[in-house]
Formats: sequence, structure tokens, C-alpha cells
Amino acid sequence: MTFFEAVLLTIITASTPLVIAAIGELVTERSGVLNLGVEGMVIIGSVSAFVAAQMSGSAYVGLLAGVGGGAIFSLLFSFLTLTLVANQVATGLALTIIGLGASGMIGEAYVGVPGVRLLPLEIPVLSDIPYIGNILFKQDIIFYLSIVLVVAVNWYLFHTRSGLKMRAIGDSHSSAHALGINVIRTRYLAIMFGGACAGLAGAQLSLIYTPQWTENMSGGRGWIALALVVFASWRPWRILAGGYLFGAVTILQLHAQAFGIGIPAQFLSMLPYAATVVVLIIISHNRRATLVNTPASLGKTFVPDR
Amino acid sequence: MRIELEKRRNVSKLFGFVSPLLALLLTLSAGAIMFLFLGKAPLDSLYALLVEPLFDPWSLNELARKAGPLILIAVGLSVCYRSNNWNIGAEGQYSVGAIFGSIIPVYFYGWSSPMVLPLMLLMGAIGGGLFAAIPALLKTHFNTNEILTSLMLTYMAQLLLDWITRGPWRNPDGHGFYGTRDFTPDQTLPPIWDDAISAHWGFIFAVIAAILIWFMMRYTLKGFEVVVLGHSERAGRFAGFSPKKMVWFAFILSGALAGLAGISEVSGSVGHLQPDISPGYGFTAIIVAYLGRLNPLGIIASGLVLALTYIGGEAAQLSIGVSEKVTRVFQGFLLFFVLSCDTLITYQIRIVWSRVRRKAGATA
Repeated sequence: MTFFEAVLLTIITASTPLVIAAIGELVTERSGVLNLGVEGMVIIGSVSAFVAAQMSGSAYVGLLAGVGGGAIFSLLFSFLTLTLVANQVATGLALTIIGLGASGMIGEAYVGVPGVRLLPLEIPVLSDIPYIGNILFKQDIIFYLSIVLVVAVNWYLFHTRSGLKMRAIGDSHSSAHALGINVIRTRYLAIMFGGACAGLAGAQLSLIYTPQWTENMSGGRGWIALALVVFASWRPWRILAGGYLFGAVTILQLHAQAFGIGIPAQFLSMLPYAATVVVLIIISHNRRATLVNTPASLGKTFVPDR
Repeated sequence: MRIELEKRRNVSKLFGFVSPLLALLLTLSAGAIMFLFLGKAPLDSLYALLVEPLFDPWSLNELARKAGPLILIAVGLSVCYRSNNWNIGAEGQYSVGAIFGSIIPVYFYGWSSPMVLPLMLLMGAIGGGLFAAIPALLKTHFNTNEILTSLMLTYMAQLLLDWITRGPWRNPDGHGFYGTRDFTPDQTLPPIWDDAISAHWGFIFAVIAAILIWFMMRYTLKGFEVVVLGHSERAGRFAGFSPKKMVWFAFILSGALAGLAGISEVSGSVGHLQPDISPGYGFTAIIVAYLGRLNPLGIIASGLVLALTYIGGEAAQLSIGVSEKVTRVFQGFLLFFVLSCDTLITYQIRIVWSRVRRKAGATA
């Protein structure tokens, strides 16, 4: 394997959790709900996956636990914002705070314990293709899932009746309600999907990216995923582009640190965050273009009138 | 079973007062259940966590030390949140305030004058305010989401603090410790009352700030402007208020207060600038602001409650052998229950057991 291939592989590993968490949040936001708790759901996914993998000895059990952990954890958010119509921004922050705290407490006994690594799955035939075979078809299952998810979400949102309804809810929950669409139920499901994806992203972190448990190991990736949704202007394909852009920045700055190019490590570590800000500026400054794509009911609470 | 909400005719004054207390009670119950799961005696653990610290004079001073920055930051955030500006980067503004305030002790170490301390505090506030001006600028000029930018800037501020204290500002005689030289007495925020109250003046600043902001919100046009623009930007524009100016005002005010909290902590408690100067005050202050129902006077009370969870967590580590991470879980619970209970202020909650919809509305 060449050095170039190795770098590409690490970029894919770094990008996958961002893509997965972002595609989940995209669905949530398309239904009109802004869930700022992605960071909390990701870290809950990480810790659930790690602990379950330890207890069962199987990384796949860990993967399922990560997905389940994220989905169940997101119910807290749904109950507060949908049933009790609490402020979505504040509740999302609460979800992040409680997720970081609870994961630290659950994972405390596992600090320094070597993790169970999820092994790659080689796809026969395809993995023999020169150059791209090594990079794309000797990956772990979560990478394949990330691509499938993007394709599936795009198909669901823009080519199915149910997806059309979901977008209608996101654009005007009152009109959708008047048409007889069950706003609350759809949103519960959309948030849960977002939670499951965030949990899967977290599982990738603790089973593949760095197979161990460290506190706060999500390192702001949930927040970057939120920014990615804005970057993608709520379109699934662009999540892929954005995710890989951020993954590349993260990995390249790590290589720059290793080479020691004379810039302090801290400044290089700032790059992914700085890139997020710059990208947000570029995407958002065209006010009209942003408004066209933003789900019009995003972040507003909905109380069904009777 | 279904939960239905019915809007009250008027906002309930009673529940405005009861809801934070109810949230506290629910948090205690959730905490008790959590301790049960951890295999500890629930009541004894809660006692050790939240009551025992109150009997120790040292702890009371510690309470004031921790409540100071929490209240100072939360009061600023309350203005932001009421005006519908979501500054969640207070942690970063706190760090940059601490860095700015430390410029004088680092570069003018030998300068001795009564002006040193006030200048340091002023610099701290300016630093925090300037740093908070960045998301304000981005929001007003480029329409970027202030939640994301203020948070990204927080990560960057923490890396900046890490670099500056390990790199250019590091004390060469530090014997392997990272951080600046220890501040001189001139550069140190004194205790409130020599030996009797050893907590530093940061707490007093916090209480003064809370009272001033309370006055502003209640009796001045500016306070009215904050509330109107927070409720409806459109209504505010009709009244001649500028939403853009409000963004600047809310961010710079909250940033300056967070910066002041940062330099006060460094000068009063830590004694020098180092990579780690906050146990997450900037984020916990969000909880403080909400538990205080975004009211500056309420925030004084809620700041004390959250400060208690910090020192209780430290104490419980020794006395009942639970991790100090219990603190963060407790704080998270608290915010959750506060947000849930706030529903009671504007809505009546009814639990409907049957699946059939009520027909009463149709006949009325």
C-alpha cells in the first residue's frame, strides 16, 4: 500500500462519522426540528458501543448498541420538544451536556482498556480493482452503511410520498397538520433516525477510529455535523462532499503536525473548527439562497390546535 | 394514552415560581435513582452531595468562588437568550478574557500600582467582548448561525490558551508546570473580607452585575427593547428598534461579562494563567441562566445551586466514593427538568387515556 493510499484511507475513516451524523441530522431538520444534541448523542453512541463490545466480545453487538443507545437517548429530546413543546435550542444543549456527563460516568471504568476493533469486510472481486479496490472495497461495514444511508435518504426525501410529507411538515407544520399528516409522529421518527445515525457515528469512533474509550472522544464532531447540514443546504449529496472536505482537513493537519512544519500544533488543531466557520460564512452570506433551502418551520415549536 | 397541552389564558405566575423548585425536586429524585443504580444509599449520597458542604466555612467560601463566574456569565447569557441571540460560546469568551487580562501581569510584571488590578479586569472584559463580537459580526454581516460559530470559536479559544501558556507565556522557572509566572499581590484579586471571608471579589462583581442587569431589564427602554426583539423581530422593527444593533449589544455584553469572569478567576483563584482554568463554567452557566428563568435575580440563586453541585461533587468523591462526573450528570438532569417544568407556566397538561378524540370542542 502506498503512502498516498494510506492517507486516503485515514481520510475516509475520519470522514465517515461526520457523514453519518450529518445525514441523520439532515433528516431531523428536514422534518422541521433543530436538534443541537448531536454531540451528546454521538458520545452516548460511542460509550454504548464500547461497553457492549467489551461485555459481549463482539464489535457487531457494539455497533448495534451504539445505534440503539443514540436512538433511545434522542427520545429524551423528542419528549421534551414535541410533547412538552420545550425550546429546541435549549433542550438540544441539555442533551449534549447530559450526554457528555453520563458517558463520562459510564465509561470511567473502561478508560485505558483496549477496545474491540471492528474488522474490515473485503468485498470479493471489487476489492481486486487496482488503486480504488484497496481504498473503497476493503472497508468496514460502517463505511458502506454511510454511503447507503446517503443514497437512501436522498431517495426517501425526494422520491417517496412519505418523504414528500416529511418535507411538507418541515416547511409548514400547520399546513401539514391541516392536511391530516401526523406531525408529531413523523417528527418523533425523524428525531429517532437522527439519534440512531449519531449513535452509529459514535460507534464508529470507539470501534474503528480509535478503538478505546476516552472522555469527550467525540471532540466536537457532533457540532461539525450540524454545520455540515447547513453547508449542504439540507441536500443529502452535498453532505458527502462536505464530510470528506472536513475529514481531509482533519487528517491533513494531523500529518502536518507529524511533519513539524513550524506551526504550533494547537494552531493546526484549530483548522477543522476554523474551516467550519469559514464554510458557514461562504454558505450563509447569500441570504436568499439560504432561505430557499432552509426548512421554513425549522426550530419552531408546534402545538396541534383542536 | 396521550398527553395534551392546553394554553393557559394567562401565563401562570404561580408556576413561574414553582417550576424551578419542582425541577429541583425532580432532579433530586432522578439523582436518588441514579445512586441506587450505582449501589449507594440514595439519601445518604444526596446528603453528602448537596447538604454536607453547607456546614463547612471553607466550603461556603468555595461556594462563593464557584458561584461568582457562573452568575457573571449567566447574567450576560440571559440578556442574549431573551433577545433571541444564542451565544453558547461563553466558555471561549471566558478564556480569551483571561488571556487579555493577563497581558499586564505577563508583559509588565514589575509594574506596581493600584491601577494594575482595575486595568487587568478592564482588559479581561474587553477581551471577552471582542471575542464575542466575532459571532455578532458574522451574524449581522454574513447571516451565519451564531450557535455554531460561537461554539467553534470556543474550541479555538481553548487551543489558543493551551498554546500561549505552554509556549510564549510559559514561566521558564516553572519546573515542568505549564503556565505563566505567579501573579504578584498587586495583580491578585483580594478576598472580600481578609480572613473572615476568603472568597475573592469575583462574587461581589457577579451580584452587582446581576442587580444592574435586573434594573436594566425591568426599568429601562433597553430592557424593553431586548424583550420585544426577542419575542418578535418584526414587532421590534415597527417600534424602531434595530435587530442588528441588538445582536451586537447582546453578544458584546455577555462576552464582556464572561471575560471579566475569566480574569477574575485567574487573578483571584488560580494565581496565574494556565491551560486549564475552568471546569466548564461557560456551559454550566447556560443551565444557571435557565434555572434562574433568565431573570438576573433568579440567576443569583441558581448560580449558588449549581456551584453547590460542583463542590458537592468534589466532596462526594471522597466521602461516598462516586466519580466527580456525577456533577455533570446532575447538572444535565437539572436543565432537562427545568425545561420540562417550564411548560407548566404557559400550558395546562392533560393526560388523555382514551384513544377517542374529545368532541367537546366541536359543540362549544
